[in-house]
Amino acid sequence: MANLLALFAPPNVINELLQRLSLSPETINYVVWPFIQIGAVVTAIALWALYATYMERKISAFMQARLGPMRVGPWGLLQPIADAIKLLTKEDLRPDKADPYIFFFAPFISVAAAFIVFAVMPFGPDWGVITDINIGLLFVLSVSSVGVLALILAGWSSNSKYALLGGLRSSAQMISYEVSMGLALIGALMFARTLSLSGIVQAQGLDSIWYIFYQPLGLVIFLVSGIAENNRAPFDLPEAESELVAGFHTEYSGMRWSLFFMAEYAAMIVVSAMATTLYLGGWYFPFLWRIDHAGYHSLFVLLSLVVFIAKMVVLLYIYFWLRWTFPRYRYDQLMDLGWKWMLPAALLNIALTAFAVFTVQALDGWHGLKTIESLTRGVNLTWQGKVIMVAFGIAGLFIAAAMLSAINWRSRDFNLKKQRRQVRLVSPPQGQPAVAPAPSES
Amino acid sequence: MLILRLLVDPDRVANTAPTKHMLSLLLQALPTNAAPVAASNANGAGSPLTAYWPVMIFFVFAIIFPVLPIVLGRLLRPNIYQKEKMRPYECGIDPETEAHDRFTVRYYIVAMLFLIFDVETIFLLPWAIIFMGDDFTFTKFALLEMFVFLGILVLGYYYAWRKGALEWA
Repeated sequence: MANLLALFAPPNVINELLQRLSLSPETINYVVWPFIQIGAVVTAIALWALYATYMERKISAFMQARLGPMRVGPWGLLQPIADAIKLLTKEDLRPDKADPYIFFFAPFISVAAAFIVFAVMPFGPDWGVITDINIGLLFVLSVSSVGVLALILAGWSSNSKYALLGGLRSSAQMISYEVSMGLALIGALMFARTLSLSGIVQAQGLDSIWYIFYQPLGLVIFLVSGIAENNRAPFDLPEAESELVAGFHTEYSGMRWSLFFMAEYAAMIVVSAMATTLYLGGWYFPFLWRIDHAGYHSLFVLLSLVVFIAKMVVLLYIYFWLRWTFPRYRYDQLMDLGWKWMLPAALLNIALTAFAVFTVQALDGWHGLKTIESLTRGVNLTWQGKVIMVAFGIAGLFIAAAMLSAINWRSRDFNLKKQRRQVRLVSPPQGQPAVAPAPSES
Repeated sequence: MLILRLLVDPDRVANTAPTKHMLSLLLQALPTNAAPVAASNANGAGSPLTAYWPVMIFFVFAIIFPVLPIVLGRLLRPNIYQKEKMRPYECGIDPETEAHDRFTVRYYIVAMLFLIFDVETIFLLPWAIIFMGDDFTFTKFALLEMFVFLGILVLGYYYAWRKGALEWA
């Protein structure tokens, strides 16, 4: 058994191999290792982008009592490969009136912006992370927002009306939701007390709680804003195919078109990975540390990677689930949701969390009550402190619901039923019917 | 280029004079007793500037990766020019005007609102990190400061709402 477990030691094996090549440890650490990790991550994202289409088609098929792709390979498993070959051999059109260089480069910007973020994602402990920079969260936020540029450049340079409208819409939508997305994170940061993504995960491990319990409202705001930021259904206004043909990528074809899709699927992973890191405890799972303490470090890292990916897949499934559950928003409803619901909710979340943190710290030492364990790495609370904080978190959901319905009470879409009752154009039939029923012969 | 050559033939690269010099300069910049990158990453308290080195490598990867299928596809795909095919798509009708026309001013308003709130977010990030400290008097001070800051923000938000900046139609 021990021999079998010793097989789970890829880093040591590779390290020894590299040292025999007479490379210095610094070269190994800062050049060769990142190359191996980055290669693995890029391959994984490319495979995901291929098979996300398969997953999406299968899930939507099962939700509609169909089978989905079944012809190519067993259960249609080779369908994405066939699609990729088809896209590779398709002609790469560029409209005569399009701006050639911007049209050419926009998909590259889109893919690069979605990919670079993965350099700082904490997929696992130890060698499960490529690099951990101390402003990781800020890096993710700033780099992923470059993706907006690609969309608006693509829409503008196509010189097509549909593409321009789609590009404008998607950029307005993305920047609207980016605000509430950034503000929703701040609540979790008050507990983590670091911007480093690995540090945030470790703070949750040291506090032995996932921040979803402290920040349920924050998670809801983050997920809704994230889905809107990815232009996924029910917020897929920019690509509303029944209205705008295909939005900003109307004029794109072949491989260049599929680059936009690859960027979209990569951005989906970014949002799920961020939600996992900040709210679902990253690669932590109860009692997994026992494997590490038993001495099987590499197995522990591998299992942590599996845990992280499993949490991400659950969130990714929510994307597909929502797509077949909700109808598409109207554009003014979308903007209302972003600016009048999500933004006040995010601001309220900050104020409430700050007040909760303040209360917990004020109660520490009051009548012998002990709420704070230590504040060295993140915030470590005792069980009393945790109970207070979780209570504040759950109360926040209700307070937010009450406040949002109060300030949006007069809005057009809030109380449709009441409005319909007030503006009733056709009164219901009252009294006797105009034509009396024929008397029966009896 | 140096990195690629390092991978192919590390010994030769390390022994040629100019690259040896460059390499030694590079290595001087790195910490001497570096554990494997991932292991040194384990502390989130603060990482050296060298932690950005893999980000640079990833940047190069992310630029090269999307170019590959385009270049590969160039060998496979047809490339036939037809004037009709290269018109902008407009449901089969010949487009009469340029697409770069005027569009609604609402987009500018949204962009300006975004600028304001995004800058507020960046101000709040460092505040959130140092908010809960060992010193309780500082926490009290920080809470008050934040409520003043958010108060001003909410005032502006209320003004924008009443002015109709948030209404789309």
